[in-house]
Amino acid sequence: MALSDIFFYLFAALTLFCGLMVVANPLSRNPVTSAIFLVLTIVSMSGLFVLLHAFFLAAVQILVYAGAVMVLFLFVIMLLDLKEEERRKFKVISAGIGALAVFGTAAIFLKSIGTTQWKGAAPTIEGSTVALGKLLFDKFLLPFEIVSVLLLVAMIGVILLSRKELK
Amino acid sequence: MNLLAASVDLPSLPPVGLQHYLAVSAILFCLGVLGVLVRRNILVMYMSLELMLNASNLALVAFSRFNNNLNGQVMVFFIITVAAAEVAVGLALIVALYRKRQTAHVEDLTTMKL
Repeated sequence: MALSDIFFYLFAALTLFCGLMVVANPLSRNPVTSAIFLVLTIVSMSGLFVLLHAFFLAAVQILVYAGAVMVLFLFVIMLLDLKEEERRKFKVISAGIGALAVFGTAAIFLKSIGTTQWKGAAPTIEGSTVALGKLLFDKFLLPFEIVSVLLLVAMIGVILLSRKELK
Repeated sequence: MNLLAASVDLPSLPPVGLQHYLAVSAILFCLGVLGVLVRRNILVMYMSLELMLNASNLALVAFSRFNNNLNGQVMVFFIITVAAAEVAVGLALIVALYRKRQTAHVEDLTTMKL
């Protein structure tokens, strides 16, 4: 058993455990706890990206998700006063039905993944910054520019939405 | 990477392949769906959406690695960018909604009128 396999099982277990804690933490229903566990999920998932040799994406995952996005989440959580939310009673029946549907979906997913014959080509690519940059500025130049326009649109939209008097 | 290739004597689990990563991705996606269905706090529901996006990212990177094709990773890069924009707009909407209604609980938000 290679060391990378051990790291896979470690990071996979960490990702799934923290993901479960985001949605169903038995000790706390505070959104701040969920946000912190989401950060842990994202960090351990970037460990999985490193194991898949996607080094650039692992760095971007930590910088953008664990950095920018989660700080935004925490800002908003702090901005809203959510004390009252924790005292809501938990609707067991609807939650149970939802969980049943999700377990069915998960069973179908895992069954189909398990029964498919995946072709076993030896992986050789490296998701290095150079390789991704060459693709991004050559083959995917137009989508890249469109995404930059999308970010501008999102920025203007957010400024418009967060004005004092919203019409 | 010599360190990662070194072998260790441990009880034999199957060697990690594409299906392992896909299984992790599928379970993570289902956890996200569970969060959206079960939790009623709009912020936690939003975090569950992020969880689902991350699960799809993991599947794309795994496919990219095991098919020797970098296009999947470029796709993940775009997904991360769009998700960042989406989070900014979505959270601005939640804040605007909270200013009007003083709640972040979806069961209080059942009418379209402000």
